[in-house]
Amino acid sequence: MNFQLTKTQQLFQQMIREFAEKEVKPLAAEVDDTERFPDETVAKMAKLGLFGIYIPKNYGGAGGDHIMYSMAVEELSRVCATTGVILSAHTSLCMSPIWEFGTEEQKQKYLPKLASGEWLGAFGLTEPNAGTDASAQQTMAVEDGDYYILNGSKIFITNAGKANVYVIATMTDKSLKNKGITTFIVDADTPGFSIGKKEHKLGIRGSATCELIFENCRVPKSNMLGKLGEGFKIAMKTLDGGRIGIASQALGIAQGAMDETVKYTKERKQFGRSISAFQNTQFQMADLETKVQAARLLVRSAAWKQDAGLPYSADAAMCKLFAAETAMEVTTKAVQFHGGYGYTREYPVERMMRDAKITEIYEGTSEVQRMVIAAKLFK
Amino acid sequence: MKIVVCIKQVPDTTEIKINPVTGTLIRDGVPSIMNPDDKGGLELALELKDKYGAHVTVITMGPPQAELILREAYAMGADRAILLTSRAFGGADTLATSHTIAAALKNLEYDLIITGRQAIDGDTAQVGPQIAEHLGLPQVSYVAGFDVKDGKYIVKKETEDGYQMLEVSSPALMTVLASGYKARYMNVAGIVDAYDREIDIWGDDKVDLPAEKLGLKGSPTRVNKAFTKGIKAAGEVHEVDPEQAVNLIVSKLKEKFII
Amino acid sequence: MNKADYKHVYVFIEQREGKIQPVALELLGKARDLADVLGEKVVAIFPGHNIKDQANDLIAYGADDVIVIDSPELEDYITEQYAQAVYQLVIAFRPSIVLFGATTIGRDLAPRLSARLETGLTADCTKLEISEDTKELMMTRPAFGGNLMATIMCTQHRPQMSTVRPGVMQKREKDASRKGTIIPFEPKFDKSKFAVKLLETVKADKGKIDITEAKILVSGGRGVGCKENFAKLEALAQQIGGEVSSSRAMVDAGVMPHDRQVGQTGKTVRPDLYLACGISGAIQHLAGMEESELIIAINKDKFAPIFQVADLGIVGDANKIVPMLTERLAKEMKR
Repeated sequence: MNFQLTKTQQLFQQMIREFAEKEVKPLAAEVDDTERFPDETVAKMAKLGLFGIYIPKNYGGAGGDHIMYSMAVEELSRVCATTGVILSAHTSLCMSPIWEFGTEEQKQKYLPKLASGEWLGAFGLTEPNAGTDASAQQTMAVEDGDYYILNGSKIFITNAGKANVYVIATMTDKSLKNKGITTFIVDADTPGFSIGKKEHKLGIRGSATCELIFENCRVPKSNMLGKLGEGFKIAMKTLDGGRIGIASQALGIAQGAMDETVKYTKERKQFGRSISAFQNTQFQMADLETKVQAARLLVRSAAWKQDAGLPYSADAAMCKLFAAETAMEVTTKAVQFHGGYGYTREYPVERMMRDAKITEIYEGTSEVQRMVIAAKLFK
Repeated sequence: MKIVVCIKQVPDTTEIKINPVTGTLIRDGVPSIMNPDDKGGLELALELKDKYGAHVTVITMGPPQAELILREAYAMGADRAILLTSRAFGGADTLATSHTIAAALKNLEYDLIITGRQAIDGDTAQVGPQIAEHLGLPQVSYVAGFDVKDGKYIVKKETEDGYQMLEVSSPALMTVLASGYKARYMNVAGIVDAYDREIDIWGDDKVDLPAEKLGLKGSPTRVNKAFTKGIKAAGEVHEVDPEQAVNLIVSKLKEKFII
Repeated sequence: MNKADYKHVYVFIEQREGKIQPVALELLGKARDLADVLGEKVVAIFPGHNIKDQANDLIAYGADDVIVIDSPELEDYITEQYAQAVYQLVIAFRPSIVLFGATTIGRDLAPRLSARLETGLTADCTKLEISEDTKELMMTRPAFGGNLMATIMCTQHRPQMSTVRPGVMQKREKDASRKGTIIPFEPKFDKSKFAVKLLETVKADKGKIDITEAKILVSGGRGVGCKENFAKLEALAQQIGGEVSSSRAMVDAGVMPHDRQVGQTGKTVRPDLYLACGISGAIQHLAGMEESELIIAINKDKFAPIFQVADLGIVGDANKIVPMLTERLAKEMKR
C-alpha cells in the first residue's frame, strides 16, 4: 500500500497548480460575475494537452491516468469551479464513453480531436421530466434507413453551445423502459440540432449550461454508441466516472475555501490578535481540514481503482457524496469565518459557497449517491 | 542549430522566511524550482526549436535531486538532459562553477549556449559571462529578444533606459531575462514521458580540469560570514511635528540604504 | 602571486554617450574611503572616445590618478572591446581593488574580466570595508532574495573585484581644487575577437513600471484624498526613484487606475520600501503589502492598523509631510 503520488503525478501536480494559479485564478471572479465562458482558458488548456489526460497516445491523448485527471479537476476548481466542470464534463461524460463503448471507427474519428481540445465535448441525459429518474427519457430516436431521427430536448447540459460533440441518450423503444434507451454521438452541426435557452445559475456561472433541442435531427446509424438498448448501461457507467470528476471538483472547491480561510484568519485581527489564534477557529478548522483530507483519500482511491481496472461504482458514489457535502460545509463555514466580508464579492469564499452547492446536485444528487451506496450494501 | 541551455535548481526565495526567534533562515519546506531566468532561457531555446527545428540540450550542475528540473525541461520539450554532479564540485563560487560547466560544455557541439541572466539564490549574474570567457565565445547579457538572420544572431539587450540591438556571430552565449520570455508550461504528454527518458549523468571524469580549479579549492572568494538582517522589530510610532517626521524618515532611509 | 605587488583602489568609470554615470562618482567616493584606510591611491579607469576633457572631473570627485583609455573602439560599450582594454590595464598596473557599478555594463564586463584574470568577483555589494587586521576588502551583499546578508572576501587572488549597486554609496562634494595625474593608456586590440556589432541603441521611455516590479512604492489612501494631492506623491516617487500605488478606496473613487491598487483585490507587492501615506491599513490592504522589506507609514490616526506592520510610523498629515520630504531628499540625494 502506498499513498504517495508517483513522480510523474507529482510533476503533473506542479504544472497544473502553477497553471491554475497564474492563468485561471485571475479570471475566476470576472468569469463568475459576468457569466462568461472562459474561452481563452480552454484554448490554453488544449495547448497543454489537458483535454485528453488519460486517453492513450494512439488516440491523440497524453497517455496519463485517472488520478492525474482527478488532480487536474481538483486544482482548477480550487481557484475556479467553472473551469473545473468544463474539463470534467468534456472528459468524463463525452470522451470517456466514446473511448469505452465506441467502435474503432468512432474512436478514430472523435478521440484525437477531443483529446487535443480542438473539439469540446458534452453529454445529454437530463430532460425536463427525466432527472433522477433517467429511465423516463422522452427524446425519441426513430429508425429511418441509414439514420435515426431524433426529436425532443435535453436540459441543464454543461458545455452546451461550446461543444462540438454531444453524447446523447434517447428512447428507441419506450415499452422496454431502461432497456429501450440508446446512445448516439451527435455532431453540433447536424441539421435539426440546436441550442435552446441558457440557464442563469447560482454558481459555476461561467460554465455554459443550456437546453439542447432535437427537431427531426438525422443522426447516421454509424453514430450509435454501443448497441441498441445499451444506453442506460452506458449512462450509468459514464456517470460513475463523472462522479469522480465532480468529487474532484468539490474537493478543489473545499481546498480553495480552506486556503482562503487559513490566510484570512491569520491576517484578520480582532480583540488584539489574529482570529486564527482563537481556539474556536482552530478546532473548527481542524475538523474541516480532516474532512477535506478524508475526501481527498476517497477521491484518490476511487480514481486509483478506475486506473487499476477494479469495480469503482460505489467508490465513485461515496467520494462524490462525501466531497460534495464537505465542500458545502467548508465553504459555508469559510464565509462565516470571513464575517461580513465573506458575504461580499471582495473575497472568493462567497463564490465558492455558491459553486459548492451544485456538486450536491448534478451527476446524481446526494440522495442518488446514497441509493447507489445502499444498493451495494444490501444487494 | 544546436543549443545548450544551462539551468540551475534553486530554492524559491520568495518562500524563504526568517525564524522570528532565532533570526535564522527557515529553509525547510521551501520548494526547489527551476531558476526563473534559466526557464526563460529554455523558452527561448524551445521557440528556436519550434521555428528552426533546433536541437535543445539542457545541462545542470548540482546534487542528484537537481534531476527534477531536467525532467521538467523534458516535459517542456527539451531533447537531451545532462546532470553534472560530483562531490568535487561542492562549495564552488562563480569562477569555479563557470570553469566546471565550461569544461563540461567542451564535450558537446553547440551553435548557441544559453544561460539565465542570474539565479535567484545568489543573484550574481556572473556565471554566464564567465563561461563565455572560458570558452572564448562572444556574450550578450540581459537578452530579451533573439532571432537568426543570414547566419548571424540578432539580439535585443535590455538596458537601464531602453535597449540595444546587436549582431553576433555564431557560436555565442546569451544570458536571458525571464521577463523577455514567458516560459511555457510542461505539456501533459511530456510529463507522462519525462521519467521514461534518459538523463546523462556526468561526473568529474567529464570535466578536464586540474582539481585545484574545482569546488571550494578553485574558488577565489570565500564567505566570511553570513547573517540575517535581523528580526523585524515591532515598529516604532512617533507623534512628532512634520520637520522631525522628515528627519526620522530620512535617517531610516539611510539606515536601510534606500538613499 | 605576490600580493604586495598589487596596490591602490581602482574604479571603472562608466560613461554612456560620453556622459559619466552617477554610479562612477559614487564609487570614487567609496574608493576614497577605502584608499584612505589603506594609505593608497584612488585610480580611475576611464575608457571611452573623446572623453579626455572630463578626466579632471574625476579628480574633483576623489581620484588621485585617472588612466584614460581613449579609442574609437571604445565609443560604445561592447564586452570584448572593453574587456581587452581593461584587462591589459590591470595586467600593466596591478590594482589591489577594482570596483564597478552593478549596471547592465558593469555586470556584463566585470565577470568577463574576473574570468580572464582568474580572480574573484563579488556582485551587487551594498557595503565595502577594509578589514582592520588583514587589510583585506570585506564585501557585503544580499543573498537569497534579500533574506540573508553575506560578507565575502578574496584573500588569495588579486585584484579584489566587486560590483556595487547604484545609489548605495555616497559621492563626495565636487572639489575642483584637488590635484591629480592624468595618464593615457593605449591597449593593443585583437580585433579578430570582435564578434559583436552594435546595430542601434534605443532609448525607450519605459513608462511606468508595474507596481509589483517597483523597488520603491509611495502609496496613497483616503488620507491623501484627491488627484492634486496624489501629484505630491508622484513628485516624491520621482525623487526617490519609485512608483505611486494606492489603496482600494482611491481606486474606487476614480483617483487612481486599478493597475496601481495594492491589496486583496489589487496586487500583492513586495518592494524594498513601502511608504504608506494616509492609508489606515484595512486588512485587505495589509494582505497586499505586509511582506515589503521596509514599511514607513504616515497617518493622522495613531490607532490606524497600518502602524502594526510599519517599521516606522509617523502620526501626522501625509499631505504636509510628503512635500517636505521630497524637498529634503532632493537636497540629500544631490550631495
